[in-house]
Amino acid sequence: MSSFVQANLPYLLAGISVGGQYALIAIGYTMVYGILRLINFAHGDVFMVAGLVMVYASASMPMYLSIPLVLVATVALGFTIERVAYKPLRSAPRMSVMISAIGVSYLLQNCALYFTGGLAQMYPTIPWLSNSVTIGGATTKMVTIVTPILTVALVFALVLFIQKTKIGMAMRAVSRDFETSQLMGIKINSVISMTFVIGCFLAAVGSLLYFTNYPSVIPTSGAMPGLKAFVAAVFGGIGSIPGAVIGAFLIGICENIIKGLGSNWTIFSDAFTFVLLIIVLLVKPTGIFGEKATDKV
Amino acid sequence: MEKTLRKDPAKKIGSAIAVCLIAALYIVLFLLDNVLPANGFTLMLIPVLKKGAIYSLICVSMNLLNGFTGLFSLGQAGFLLVGAYAYAIFAIPADQHAAVYQYFDGGAIGFSIPEALGKLLGENAGAFLGSIICIIIAGLVAAGFAALIGIPVLRLKSDYLAIATLGFAEIIRAIFQWNSLGPVTNGSNMLRKYTSLSAIKIGSIKLATVFPFLIAMICIGLIVLLINSSYGRAFKAIRDDEIAAEAMGISLFKHKMLSFVISSFFAGVGGALLAMYQTTIQASAFKSAMTYEILLIVVIGGIGSISGSCIASFLYIACNEWWLRFLDSGSFFGISVPFFRDGFRKVVFSVLIMVIVLFFSRGIMGDKELSFAGLVRKLSGKKAAQAAEGGDGK
Repeated sequence: MSSFVQANLPYLLAGISVGGQYALIAIGYTMVYGILRLINFAHGDVFMVAGLVMVYASASMPMYLSIPLVLVATVALGFTIERVAYKPLRSAPRMSVMISAIGVSYLLQNCALYFTGGLAQMYPTIPWLSNSVTIGGATTKMVTIVTPILTVALVFALVLFIQKTKIGMAMRAVSRDFETSQLMGIKINSVISMTFVIGCFLAAVGSLLYFTNYPSVIPTSGAMPGLKAFVAAVFGGIGSIPGAVIGAFLIGICENIIKGLGSNWTIFSDAFTFVLLIIVLLVKPTGIFGEKATDKV
Repeated sequence: MEKTLRKDPAKKIGSAIAVCLIAALYIVLFLLDNVLPANGFTLMLIPVLKKGAIYSLICVSMNLLNGFTGLFSLGQAGFLLVGAYAYAIFAIPADQHAAVYQYFDGGAIGFSIPEALGKLLGENAGAFLGSIICIIIAGLVAAGFAALIGIPVLRLKSDYLAIATLGFAEIIRAIFQWNSLGPVTNGSNMLRKYTSLSAIKIGSIKLATVFPFLIAMICIGLIVLLINSSYGRAFKAIRDDEIAAEAMGISLFKHKMLSFVISSFFAGVGGALLAMYQTTIQASAFKSAMTYEILLIVVIGGIGSISGSCIASFLYIACNEWWLRFLDSGSFFGISVPFFRDGFRKVVFSVLIMVIVLFFSRGIMGDKELSFAGLVRKLSGKKAAQAAEGGDGK
């Protein structure tokens, strides 16, 4: 038994760590979907841009400046995307907004391709986070331990924010009924912007943690984590923050266990996520914590 | 109906113009393949034409689903992959198997349809007929996958359908890269040496450009016939209002499934043609980014317009591979521009696409079709138009 744990501990630790990072991205998806009913396909690419900003910022300034810069730049990017690409389409059919999101994703990837010249950019070593530690005989980076703790803390703060503050209350109202909340005097645009700001802030934090585990950033490195985080959000019940976090941890852990099964199965570590998605959609489309919505004719 | 057709001069002239243009097009393509010298111009033009024709078919197949049935599916790359692989697997000559499947002891399939037919009918006829049979097999395999995927997926709605089909495309890609299927799919290695477009000949007449046009035109013609049939009207009814369509007695699942399977069949055919064009294929190229690209072309052309999709495909391919190349080259008519370097073309492109999505959401054609009859009416002025309308009324 102990040898089994010994053998699988690295995968389990990696899974928990990746799961926490997916969770931080998934919150952005689930909040935006909860309010706008939009799959923000560009969210994964915002996450990638945060990684690239870190690469460029750390090359020219010290770490204590570049980390805040990454957070600010990502939030600004998310805010701009919402204002430019989604706000004009507020009354358009949902399909148009989704196409716009796909367009933004394409734009961000192509811009990244242009600025990096198509070369993989070395991700800087963030001091302390990249230090090695040993847990139960398995050597790993400090970020593995920090991620779940930080994730849980941030989620806790976010839930408090949504439950206790006035803007949090407005968010809950808007996600329940878009039109009625508008009639009740809620400034819908500022609520939506706030959602994007929070989502992108968490994605930036997630990107700092995620890319520490990887040597480099490429323009497409946001696509897969983005899709997986979305699946996590669906799994947990879209619109539910604790659900997204639990879904993300589960996906992260399962994915890494599959990687541990042997090289023949590694190819399915990405596909597994989508199998899970389809099973969830068929068995319980509202996810674990989702509320059942009824369509009225 | 036939009477009014005969009486409407604009329609008659319009179809005459269309027939003449198509004939002229094929003559030009034929000349390009056989007579015209290979200079800088034709070397750029021919690939653009080939790829444009193939993309037209792929985009129209997606439009059938997204534009005419209202099913927002993002699984097109998966069906292209299935089609491309199904084609390539059956079209690799037996003596090349050892080279292609070098990590899998020559693979599990020891024959090739074009080659087998070639022994019976002669090499060229074998390649021609064999590749057509392989293309049909590619379509059928893709349609089979679609029928399986459709059972669970088509119960979902709008964005859930989108994400589930996207997921299935990723699962298909993983399955085709799986090492245990290596003897058939060659794992994550590329498939090559199969019958490509340059092998399509009749006697000494080359048909490398004519062939994709011919196949794409037949397939698009079939899709147009389908859309104008009672099934097509049912699809449009489902798109416009599912509940009302169901109340009118249209079986939702049956028609959605039909649309999904047929769209995937033609996507599979498109994938096979793409494989023929590229001469090598690899599963890792068929990512969701490919679906996004196709979707954006459909949007540029106009969701719900067949001719729009075709025009947009040719425009997109021509800009991407030819007209906007200068943006990557660092100079513009001899003036060097420092920010014109690799990738700038794609940035300009994506900005253009965003502009179209945000400000011209109807695309080039909206949901209208390009019709020569309409063009003739417009050109011949109001009087003729009124006369034509009067003719319709009688």
